[in-house]
Amino acid sequence: MTVPTPFASDPIRQPAADAHLTAALVGNPNTGKTTLFNALSGLNQRVGNYPGVTVETKKGRMICGGQVFDLIDLPGTYSLAARSPDEMVAVDVILGHQKGESRPDVVVAIVDASNLDRNLYLTTQALELGVPVVIALNMVDVAKSQGVRIDHKQLGERLGVTVVPIQANKARGLDKLREAIAAAARTGQPPKAPPFPEAFEHEAESLYQTLSGEVPLFLVRRLILDVGGYTENRLVERWGPGIAERVHAIRSRLAAAGCGVPAVEAKARYAWIREATTGAVQRPATRSLTWTDRLDRVLTHRVWGTLVFLVIMFLVFEAIFTGARYLMDPISAGKDFLADSLRDLVGRGYLPTGPLSDLLIDGILEGVGNVVVFLPQIMILFGFIAVLEDCGYMARAAFLMDKLMSRCGLSGKSFIPMLSSVACAVPGIMATRVIENRRDRLATILVAPLMSCSARLPVYVLLIGAFLPIRSEQNPGGFAWYVPGLVMFCLYSIGLVVAPLVALLLKRTLLRGETPPFVMEMPLYKMPSLRTILRRMFDSGWAFLRRAGTLILASMVLVWALLYFPRGESDEQRQAYLAQLQQNRDTAPEEEKVRYDERIAAIGRDGLTFDVHFNQLQRDLDDLNDQAKADPAKADELKERIDALEAESNRVHGEWNRQSILGWTGRTLEPVVYPLGWDWRIGMAAVASFPAREVIVGTLGIIYDEGKVKSDDILSASNAGDTRLGRALKNARWESGPRQGKPVFTIPTALSLMVFFALCCQCASTLTVIRRETNSWWWPLFTFTYMTGLAYVGALVVYQVGSWIV
Amino acid sequence: MPSLDQLRVGQRARIQSVAGADAIVQRLLEMGLVDGEEVDVIGVAPLGDPIEIRLRDYRLSLRRSEAGRVEVELLP
Repeated sequence: MTVPTPFASDPIRQPAADAHLTAALVGNPNTGKTTLFNALSGLNQRVGNYPGVTVETKKGRMICGGQVFDLIDLPGTYSLAARSPDEMVAVDVILGHQKGESRPDVVVAIVDASNLDRNLYLTTQALELGVPVVIALNMVDVAKSQGVRIDHKQLGERLGVTVVPIQANKARGLDKLREAIAAAARTGQPPKAPPFPEAFEHEAESLYQTLSGEVPLFLVRRLILDVGGYTENRLVERWGPGIAERVHAIRSRLAAAGCGVPAVEAKARYAWIREATTGAVQRPATRSLTWTDRLDRVLTHRVWGTLVFLVIMFLVFEAIFTGARYLMDPISAGKDFLADSLRDLVGRGYLPTGPLSDLLIDGILEGVGNVVVFLPQIMILFGFIAVLEDCGYMARAAFLMDKLMSRCGLSGKSFIPMLSSVACAVPGIMATRVIENRRDRLATILVAPLMSCSARLPVYVLLIGAFLPIRSEQNPGGFAWYVPGLVMFCLYSIGLVVAPLVALLLKRTLLRGETPPFVMEMPLYKMPSLRTILRRMFDSGWAFLRRAGTLILASMVLVWALLYFPRGESDEQRQAYLAQLQQNRDTAPEEEKVRYDERIAAIGRDGLTFDVHFNQLQRDLDDLNDQAKADPAKADELKERIDALEAESNRVHGEWNRQSILGWTGRTLEPVVYPLGWDWRIGMAAVASFPAREVIVGTLGIIYDEGKVKSDDILSASNAGDTRLGRALKNARWESGPRQGKPVFTIPTALSLMVFFALCCQCASTLTVIRRETNSWWWPLFTFTYMTGLAYVGALVVYQVGSWIV
Repeated sequence: MPSLDQLRVGQRARIQSVAGADAIVQRLLEMGLVDGEEVDVIGVAPLGDPIEIRLRDYRLSLRRSEAGRVEVELLP
């Protein structure tokens, strides 16, 4: 399941089968691991997920000492304790348990020289895996500037492995590192691991024998050390609960012997590290004040830190919400231009009329366009995230927001995904990758779509403009000046209030579990690297286009088909249509009668259908529009005829929609949506807006016979209530039932529809991204169900209470 | 014996013990909070939680509930 990145354009060199070696890169987060990986493998990279896990791993190719190596970039972890999916993947890959992956020949452990002791902890675990290890000592310049002097040769002798000083960001020391990797692979000599207390070694050895050597010694040790960890659970499945009892007894004996788990591991490793570094590493007697110290005084300050945080968040939000428009508008315009050009070709007869052209234009082109339009938002957000993460600020943001987020059972790391979701849930959900804890990440993903995204705006603007306008001279029945803004504010607040409540509920029920530790490193500040940022922007954009695009496209095509078919007409309908045409002819002015005669004759001759009639209408319309353009003096005179023809073509379009599968569904659903104050047409429009919320604006336009309306038209109109669609909605009447003849859209109905759209998950992009990020269909299904349920109840309460008051 | 969460900003302490065997304790140990290690409390988040400490050449933030698991001896 590997996907080429946009950088993988040049073909990956294929080595001879016998020359195929593998190296795995391990290291703590914030050590420059990704930078080193990029520097070693250049443009030969692939991103992929192992089946069943959502941990992203990257693979590249590099040449060391004439040998071609596969380089696997393992997730950044602090430990190989196998408690999180990240650690699990790292352990499985190095032990050769990962399907489709051969056991690495070398492990490259990258360590931060300015924070050596804690970085070496993971390295000492890697030493136990029975694979040769090379240490890449990164950021030697930073350590030097802090007055830390490291004798890498001496350190290497003490640790029993080669230590190569490098500066990954400046590509220094990489040749030496490559040589060392090749040499380690040649000798194949596994390193010595730090000794644990005698009692522990004895217990581990005897348990290893009991399991008849089937389980690697490393995992046997982890089994004893990690209480309730992944190894324990997996082995209990395989060997039965007896093994758990045995391990429990071992732990009791170890505690009695004064080396209780898990402390015995940290003590043994850190003691060994201290011994190895004594003499090899010289630290200054007093720490000098670093840039990080100075910056943190401001950036984590109670007042200034909060202020800076708010300013940064405002900038991020503005960039996604407003700035992205400048890129989204051209994409939108390009899509419209392409669609119009194709329609023109159909109109001129270069492309056949019928379902195929319609599918191409209305299904595929519009569908793909609606996906691509999100791209700027995603790339801008990921650009910001990359900058904030790379320079070290992300950890500070999480630090500042943790308390607030912990009130709803989440952690500070959920803040940025939630904020991004106010612009669009798709990048917000992708941004949850910064959250390591699975349950926290899942909870954030599940509530992110509740935040009021920009796609809800057209719905709000249209309905508020039409039904809650400001009082003015032309509109004495309007409302006070603050009402529309207040309603908009309340609709936005719904998400802000409901999302934390749902998160809390999820954390107390479905996603219950022990509170994950919020033990987070505050890395040193550094200049972000432009290459890393650009790379992340392109990678995220590509991943979005490729993985979500296909599914969104499929769902757009599906809804289009449901609204399109069946497009036939019965004999009665044709007779009725002919009769209508005849009647129109009789009442038409003399000079018009010829046109009707031609058409009636054509239907009699070829048995022409609605389809042809519709296309004839379109051609007539184009003719009239061209005439009006050519001769502005006649424009006013032609306007009436144009309007009449438009109304007729919309009527035909509306008739098709009514007969479609979706139209039938809408009618069937009317009893369900009736308590919300909706007629079958609103219900159908709501169903049809499944691919994207803003589609309802266009669908309402089609259903209420007002032709195609784009959501952009609504946003750009100075007063949405004055658009043709706004007027059409006000004039809509119930077709049947106890409310027959009354206006469909009352204020409670408009409010109920808006509340429904505030809470529902009518967004195929969001659902497909959830599918991708959780690697399961269950979670998008769950999200859709719970949000639709919430939306229904919310709309019901609003309508019932609203109609009781009004 | 005070615990790490009871320290004020600017205070310095030596770790005595970290109690328990769960994932939180294991993570604290892995991050280097082992017996005998010295820590400085260098900051508190705006809403009073979490706190920021320095140990072993780096900075770490942790919630008060987690810091409460670490027993320390106050240093002058």
